[in-house]
Order: sequence, then C-alpha cells, then structure tokens
Amino acid sequence: MLALRHWSVRHARSLERVYAALERLVLALAPFFSRLGHDRAEAPVAAVERRIKGLLFDCKMCGQCILGDTGMSCPMNCPKTLRNGPCGGVRPDGNCEVKPQMRCVWVAAWEGAQQMAASTAILDPQPPLDHRLWGLSSWLRVAAEKGTPDRPSAHG
Amino acid sequence: MADLGIGEPYDPGAPLPPLPGHSSRGRLERALREGRFAVTAELNPPDSSDPEEVYERALVLAEVCDAINATDASGANTHMSSVGICSLLTRAGYAVVMQISCRDRNRIAIQGDVLGAAAMGVSNILCLTGDGVQAGDQPAAKPVFDLDSISLLQTIRTMRDESRFLSGRKITSPPRVFLGAAANPFVPPLDYRALHMKKKVAAGAQFIQTQYCFDLPLFQRFMARVRDLGLHRTCFILAGVGPLASARAARWMRTNVPGIHIPDDVIRRLEGNPDQKAEGRRLCIELIQQIREIEGVAGVHVMAYRQEELVSEIITQSGIIVGRQKRDRISRTPELPPFRPSETNR
Repeated sequence: MLALRHWSVRHARSLERVYAALERLVLALAPFFSRLGHDRAEAPVAAVERRIKGLLFDCKMCGQCILGDTGMSCPMNCPKTLRNGPCGGVRPDGNCEVKPQMRCVWVAAWEGAQQMAASTAILDPQPPLDHRLWGLSSWLRVAAEKGTPDRPSAHG
Repeated sequence: MADLGIGEPYDPGAPLPPLPGHSSRGRLERALREGRFAVTAELNPPDSSDPEEVYERALVLAEVCDAINATDASGANTHMSSVGICSLLTRAGYAVVMQISCRDRNRIAIQGDVLGAAAMGVSNILCLTGDGVQAGDQPAAKPVFDLDSISLLQTIRTMRDESRFLSGRKITSPPRVFLGAAANPFVPPLDYRALHMKKKVAAGAQFIQTQYCFDLPLFQRFMARVRDLGLHRTCFILAGVGPLASARAARWMRTNVPGIHIPDDVIRRLEGNPDQKAEGRRLCIELIQQIREIEGVAGVHVMAYRQEELVSEIITQSGIIVGRQKRDRISRTPELPPFRPSETNR
C-alpha cells in the first residue's frame, strides 16, 4: 500500500507518539509474554505485527525495526535495503534509482524525520542486519530486551 | 623516484615507514596529511584477462596521481575485478585505492577480500554501496547488499582498529588501511547530503571521493555546509572531476549512469563549440582550478571514462601539481611466467 506508506511518513510525528504508546503497551505486556513463553507468543504477535505494520509501512518483517530512526519510512522498501541513508543514485525528482516510479525511501525518511521529536536519530549509524531474524516479531524482541520501560522510543 | 618529504627517494610501491596518527603506510594518506593537494584517478577496468591492458592504463595515470582507483564493477557492469586489478598494480609498485561495492558480495566475502588486499599491499579502501543491478549489463543478477557503505566502513574500521571481524573473532595482523567513502552532493535530498557525509565520517571514513562535480555553485553550497559541520577538518575531501567527450556523451551519462548531475548550461557550452572534446577538456581544467580555491577541498579525483590518456594533460595544465615534483613513470614491470595454453587446459 504505497499511498498509505506515504501517508505514514507525512504523519510521522503522530505515529511516533502512537508508537511510543504502543511500546509502553508491549512492555506492559512483557510479563505476560514471558509467562506464555517467548516461542509460543512469537507466532500470534508476529502475525498481528505483520498486519499492522504491513498496512501502515509496507513492513517487510526484517525483525529489527528501526522505523523510529528513519522518519517512519521503512528502509527495507529500498531496493538496496539500505539502513543508513540514501545511496548516491537518487534521481533529480527524488525518485529511486532502481524503481524510477517509486519515491526514494530515504528522501521520504528525511522528510519524516524532521517532523519527529527524535529527528536526529536518522544520523545514528545502524549495524548490519541480522538475517536470522527475518519474519520474527520486533515488538516481542523489544519486550524481551527492555525489562523496564524507562526510555520509550519509537522502535518496534 | 619521487621525493615525498621523507628525506630520500623511495619506491612508490613499497610501504612507507609507519608514522604516528597514520592508519596506513601508503602514500595517499601521507600526501594528504602533509597538506598536499592530492590527485587520484580512476582506472577503467578491462573486459579482458590480459594484464597488459591494466598496466597500459595505469602507466598513463601514474605520473600525475597519488593513487589509482580500481573500480568494483561500477555501474553494475562486469569487468576485471577490483581485487584482480589491485593484485596486478600492487605487484608492479603502484599505489591503489581498492573500491569495494556492497552489491555483489556479502560480509563473509568482503572481510576476506579486505585481508587479502592488505596482504597484497593495498593501503586505501573506498567503501561503496554500489549501483543497482538494473544499471548494468547483468540486470538479472541477485543484488546482495548484505552491508551498506556505512556498515562496511564500520566493519573495516573494527578489523583495523580492534583486530577483530564483525563476528568478534580475532585477527592476528590487522589490515592497515586508509578508509574512504563516496559522497554525492548533487542528488536529493540535497539538504541531507552533508549530514550523510558526517555519518560516513563517524562510521570511519577518513577521505571522501565525490561524484562528478559539474555544478560548481551546488558544490560550493555543499562545501559551505561541510565547513559549518567542521567535516573538512576531520576528513579529506577529493572532488570528483572528469572530461566530457561531447554533449551527446554528457546527455547519455546523465540519463543512463545513476547519480550523475550535469546542468543544462554545461551541455549547451559543449554544443556551442566545434571541437566538443577539446571544450570538455577545457571545462574540466577550469573546474579543477575553481574547485581548488574552495576551502576544505583536499584534492581531486579524476574519472576520465575511456579517456585515461587525457588525465596527465588535464592535471598538468590545471597547474595543481606546480611546485610539486611530477612523478616519474614507474618502469618496474612484474616478471610473469610465460603463458602456456596447453597446461591451462588440464
């Protein structure tokens, strides 16, 4: 859903807030997930995550969501799957080098980031993707990794 | 033999004595840190297995260059590999910048190539994302992009400074390389481009080679932003330049090569001249002279697509190596075993 993906970037500021609330919810549910068992929670949580983020961001379920750092524009929609910023091939109209009909994911990310409270997060270098995590829930991983919700961010 | 301020003539291919604060033992880093206006040039890789084609092209570049860039299937076209070219050139005593693109190899292959390169005497590595496969002659290929230019910089910096692979496994002798990255100040998002360069510097880039600069005002604005961010003091910026063969060639490049921005007035200037090739050369020389005046530019990177023979003339006429000894041609050629086709068939 390209139109909805563009809408999401235009509303990066509000989505950042929705996301922060969502993260608090996921973290509040953390004890429940751990009682249920991470493995048993994985399939249903990943299914819900896939639906919601698929609709809003064309999420590819890389399992290591960084939407909060990328202006709510999913970097895995970049044909080069670049997670650290645009390549040098962006067309003069701001469209993608590989898919000339598509707006560059990172041109959108830069616009989205400037609306967000965490606007400088786009400048943080990202490590390479862990390809073992494809298809797994980022939310669940965040819930497992962050025991206490001391610092809500738009990750996940 | 050229003198690079280390007291005595030296063999350009031999590693220089290590200096404090230097990452490599190569002469490009040495020249830049000494504050010389550096020159690098791109060698067009042959579609051939004949080493002579590499040596012929290197010979004409070497006399004006601090290092020769060995491209890694640029434009996603298959050519002799950058590892192969670097192997030939380091053997013959040339200083090289080995380009690594993330398009064709994953982290396992790339880290292995970095160690191999350093073992061969490669002192400079340029970390690139790479053009998409759609741009080249093999559009059906699988794009890899396991790393990107920034995670590649971080990976090699970790290998060099912490003597370990991305996995954490120990490296017994780390690769002593000077790390570079590319920047394209001429494509959207324009107001992000200097910040993106800052991100590359934070990830480990010590020198930057830019995309072709044909739009001087845009480059000046970019450099002003770079100076505001203080990046000209934390990395060496080499501006990309090159001669345009004709207005038609310029139009073709603009349309078909990703990331190349050529303003209309440049193309009109070429069209308005009976000898377009000579005008393209003049334009390149003028641009080099103007770029040199910009504060924070540490050198130029010449990309003369299929026109290597022009590089020496352009650099000499631009006057940027005046007051600096022109390099001798490197006469040392490697002794290769005679080629015996019958043996290779087995």
